[in-house]
Amino acid sequence: MLHIDRLILQLPHYPHWWRQEWTTCIDALSLHIAPGEVHAVVGASGAGKSLLAAAIMGLLPSAARLEGALHFQATPLTPARQRQLRGRQLALIPQSLSALDPLARSRQQVRWAAQRAGLGRPAAQQRADELLAHYQLSHAATHYPHELSGGMARRVLIAMAQVSNAQLVIADEPSVGLDPTQRDRVLAKLKAIAREGKAVMLITHDLRHALPVADRVTVMYQGRGIETATAQAFRGQGEQLTSPYARSLWQALPDNAFSTQPSVLCQEPAFA
Amino acid sequence: MLEAHQLSFRFASGSPLLTNISLRLAPGEWLGLSGDSGAGKSTLGKLLAGQLAPHQGSVTIDGSLLPARGVRPVQWLPQSPELAVNPRWRVGKILKEAWTPPDTLIEGFGIEPQWLKRFPNALSGGELQRVCVLRALAPGVRYVVADEISTMLDPITQLSLWQALKAHAERHQLGVIVISHDTALLNRLCNQRWHLAGGSLRVSSTELEAP
Repeated sequence: MLHIDRLILQLPHYPHWWRQEWTTCIDALSLHIAPGEVHAVVGASGAGKSLLAAAIMGLLPSAARLEGALHFQATPLTPARQRQLRGRQLALIPQSLSALDPLARSRQQVRWAAQRAGLGRPAAQQRADELLAHYQLSHAATHYPHELSGGMARRVLIAMAQVSNAQLVIADEPSVGLDPTQRDRVLAKLKAIAREGKAVMLITHDLRHALPVADRVTVMYQGRGIETATAQAFRGQGEQLTSPYARSLWQALPDNAFSTQPSVLCQEPAFA
Repeated sequence: MLEAHQLSFRFASGSPLLTNISLRLAPGEWLGLSGDSGAGKSTLGKLLAGQLAPHQGSVTIDGSLLPARGVRPVQWLPQSPELAVNPRWRVGKILKEAWTPPDTLIEGFGIEPQWLKRFPNALSGGELQRVCVLRALAPGVRYVVADEISTMLDPITQLSLWQALKAHAERHQLGVIVISHDTALLNRLCNQRWHLAGGSLRVSSTELEAP
């Protein structure tokens, strides 16, 4: 469904008033997501995970330089096509809760998302109410974003992504700030969306909780895709993982060795 | 010895959050505190650190109440380092706010010299979190309350932060209270484990918590 081939993303920065330099934020990343799959993208902060989501959605700052191939349903994703598909075929669950319109009640936000997806107003309203009830937000339907807790706001964002009936859902750190029960519910919901034949990209730093729902995992480090492995490869000592970085990430978890080779912390990992 | 004697805390509305909580933590010990969101873990952490005053009960160190002024002997480390620093200060100034850490310790916490010239927004969450943890370890500090300090970090960064804190705590006999949802992490780090539910503490064992 989504094919990314050797994607390179560069952003300008200005070390001095008129000296421009380019920072490579994503470096030759290749990634393929099939329908029905939850594909986790994990890595440290600053690895370029959120920029990858922005590149797919066409939400990069205008100065960004993008190279490489980006295909959605076998057709190149051009800026015009991204504008057209955004909110319909492509949905993003953003990391920042400020993505909600501060002047709209939850019910309206979800209804608007349904209307963007092509539903008529009465149908959209009905669908919005159904989903709010499903996410146990009925009592918060008339609340404004500032009246919602972090977990409630995130559920509103997920309801908006779901109502759009998108074929590709990108969830950027959807479980941050949620307690374990809420987190498991959100991740299970993403899995259910994938089971309907849609593709889900789960961007997270939380490897452990991504594994039970993910089919495949891509490990990113400093903008590069270090390794793509099946979720089953993350077990035992990590023998089935080919790259040292992915193995250290696995070993560093508190349920595993909770230790790692010190060299991995300061050195760049070798390429798989 | 850090001791809490029958702490009670209620909301402004009058509904009780914590009732009659007592605990003891010896120097060099690690205490893990888990509980659902809204159970009052952070409130208990702030009470122990003297950031909040309990409605009943008291917090003592070696039998005397927490001092009202000066460096707080119990430091509270919040989850978001971005909110705990002055965005207009360079990282070097932030780090030396309470004390001047020796270079060996700066290195031990994996803090790179070039970060010190930058502003906090040019550091990642994990990098800034290490700066904030080191900032809180001034000589007068005897206990640390780490409130979900590694939740937003990837496993490797999380590990390096805990390793640095563990090494420092061992050397200086620092008592540490770790607040986290992550029971596996608490089992790794702590020799005392408590679960907060319904306003009171109960002993938490691995078997009870296993999913």
